[in-house]
Amino acid sequence: MDVQRKRQVRLFVALGAALLLATGLIYTSFNASSEARLPSELSDAVPGKSYQMVGRVMHGSVKETEDGINFTMRDPDGTGKPMRVTYTGQIPDPFREGRDVMVTGEVKNGVFVGDEDTLTTKCPSKFSEKRDQ
Amino acid sequence: MLCVVVIEHAFLTSDFSFAVVASHSSIDTPTFYKFTAMWSSQQGSLLLWAFILGIVSAISLAATRHKLRDLVPWATAVMMGVAIFFTGLMLFGGGVNPFEVLDPVPVDGNGLNPLLQHPSMIIHPPMLYTGYVSLTVPFAFAIGALLSRRVDAAWVKSTRGFALIAWTFLSIGIILGARWSYTELGWGGYWAWDPVENASMMPWLITTAYIHSIMVQEKRGMLKVWNASLIVASFSLALLGTFLVRSGVLESIHAFGDSTVGPYFLALIGVVVVGSTWLIISRLDILRSERRIDSLASREAVFLINNLLLIALCAIVFWGTFFPLISELLTGTRSTLAAPWFDRYTTPVAVLLVLFTGIGPMMSWRRISWQGAKRVFTIPLVVAAIDFVLLLLFTDAADSIWALITFTLAAFTVSALIQETWRAAAARKRGAGGSMAGAIWSNAVRNRRRYGGYVVHLGLVVLLVGIAASSSFETKEDIKLKPGESAQIDDYTVTYLSPTIATSDQALIFGANLQVDRKGKSFAELHPTRQYHQVTQGTRSIASHFDGEATSEVGLKAGMRTDFWVAVEPNTTEFERRARLADSLFATYMREKVLPVVQADPGKAEEISLAAIDLLDRTTAKVIEGYRDDSPALPVTIRVIISPMVTWIWIGAIIAIIGALFAAWPSGLFRRRKAT
Repeated sequence: MDVQRKRQVRLFVALGAALLLATGLIYTSFNASSEARLPSELSDAVPGKSYQMVGRVMHGSVKETEDGINFTMRDPDGTGKPMRVTYTGQIPDPFREGRDVMVTGEVKNGVFVGDEDTLTTKCPSKFSEKRDQ
Repeated sequence: MLCVVVIEHAFLTSDFSFAVVASHSSIDTPTFYKFTAMWSSQQGSLLLWAFILGIVSAISLAATRHKLRDLVPWATAVMMGVAIFFTGLMLFGGGVNPFEVLDPVPVDGNGLNPLLQHPSMIIHPPMLYTGYVSLTVPFAFAIGALLSRRVDAAWVKSTRGFALIAWTFLSIGIILGARWSYTELGWGGYWAWDPVENASMMPWLITTAYIHSIMVQEKRGMLKVWNASLIVASFSLALLGTFLVRSGVLESIHAFGDSTVGPYFLALIGVVVVGSTWLIISRLDILRSERRIDSLASREAVFLINNLLLIALCAIVFWGTFFPLISELLTGTRSTLAAPWFDRYTTPVAVLLVLFTGIGPMMSWRRISWQGAKRVFTIPLVVAAIDFVLLLLFTDAADSIWALITFTLAAFTVSALIQETWRAAAARKRGAGGSMAGAIWSNAVRNRRRYGGYVVHLGLVVLLVGIAASSSFETKEDIKLKPGESAQIDDYTVTYLSPTIATSDQALIFGANLQVDRKGKSFAELHPTRQYHQVTQGTRSIASHFDGEATSEVGLKAGMRTDFWVAVEPNTTEFERRARLADSLFATYMREKVLPVVQADPGKAEEISLAAIDLLDRTTAKVIEGYRDDSPALPVTIRVIISPMVTWIWIGAIIAIIGALFAAWPSGLFRRRKAT
């Protein structure tokens, strides 16, 4: 009986710990995440809040600057209100005009200021499929 | 089998009447990559799945032909069911038939994405797929065991080889992917918590857990429900991995509708999960453990803890990977989690795993006595303590608390492994004589699984140390230099000597000659390049190189202590301006001078088009010359990453894979069967 009891206590402690950790995980993930928005949906962006913008780089919009690049993004279907982006940091190889990219940052004075090294394109194994369609 | 031969033949001979060949290969594609282009396509990769499944199933049935007679038919049925799913999907599913033909037949194909033209990429997908597919075998046998109610350890014993093989292939696949992104993607990282990477990580983690927990079932008759659940989970995650890579579901729920195979895959995963869960629940009565865990201080308890840690790790990765979908469902807005979130949660769990990797093999089954514990733990604890003090005194490891803990625990684990091996060998030597090395070897051959496991543990600890060191003590800097200028980074001076430019059949190659000095002494000459690949369709022009893919060839001076990594972002603005100018002149010339001639005399068309290609080549050469004149004034961006001990990641991986192969070798698959 005593062993049975001990086992139950152990089980509850283990389950409790797991539950606690899971809650922590879930809670922080909602805090640490940045909301994904399309360029056209960023007109009501909260200043200082971090967003992940998903969209398409407009043709002819990429310009080199002193310490990075500027470009304009539109919704992935190529429509909607465009958003100007300034970005510093590393530019992935697959980055191209006309391609879908993601960048994390915040909106300052109507311009999307990307955080350093957050510009990503999709895994090549994926967009090679897209290109063919 | 025949199908694969037909498609490969079509790829190799550039038979563009096959849609799949036309869209993933071209006449220009190097032969080697023509061969491997098959699995860059959705159709081809499904065919590869089915093909490997055929081979693996055949081997597993051959290996079990004399035993488990009541179980094997069920397992065969399950494997055939999976095979039917894949072939059915190719034949009847939405537009993924590899034999779809094109009419009219195009002259040339799209070409293989140049990013995928890399040695690692040739073997990476088949390795991962073989890993995924091999999981079908233990899964099928688990289902067979449940259905036929033969739930003793027999099915585990017959299929553990396949679990190990699956693990090995998954490991090779994952590490090749990491290596590829380190040297090819031009961002200098080996891991980014990308959904596709995570998709291969999850089945790997669960398979690792499974390999450990089946030992408990074999030795102690416990954890039967657990093992069955684990294998179902890893098989489902393997399917999910294939599905994630191919469906694009993670970008948005809405993208899901575009995917042609997505719904089918989801249905299969659903059937697998629901069906297996029901089966396990309905067999709960016979899955009861034969024994219970006696003490927390026993090997089975430590294995269980290690299992829980691995599953926690998998749960974290799963949650992070699917967070965009989860948040979209719960809050209506899609949110994503970045790499720091993953790092924060996976690091402590991984560090704990290093600790239990060390403790596990030293514990005895059932219960370890106080004396026993003192005997096995003293030396490793002392070694770890010395290591800790040395690190504090002589290195700046203390700057990163997690790295310091990892190094200390690694010392504990490695010394524990050595101690175990040494003591066992000493015991054998006392009994049988001979040399120490001979004793270690004969011990190892006698217990391949155990010693293979030690080697795997050693490799993984080395790998984790490499990860901890390189991620915690990395210097990353972007510098902008004109030819002749230098920049100082840590102990290193980088001098941009000169720009380079070259052409190849498919690409324009811009590069930089760099001289790197360390503390005043010459350290390395590096030549990073960036290649701009021409679009193979439409009118050819010089500027069209910038509309195609770009790939980086990084400059890397790898060393045991430090990797010096550079990638270049060339300044192509001037070149592009010249190229567009030349293109428009060329186009005007063709339209006004050449076209009338061809129209007047169509017989000359071929001759003239050859002359035109020659002219375009000469124009390109002119533009390149112009660029050479411009370039001394043009600054380029150079990314420099100095990270310690990256090489140890690859070394650790190789050690681990050798260990796994050693453990998996004949491992009773063929040899031991004769004895039973």
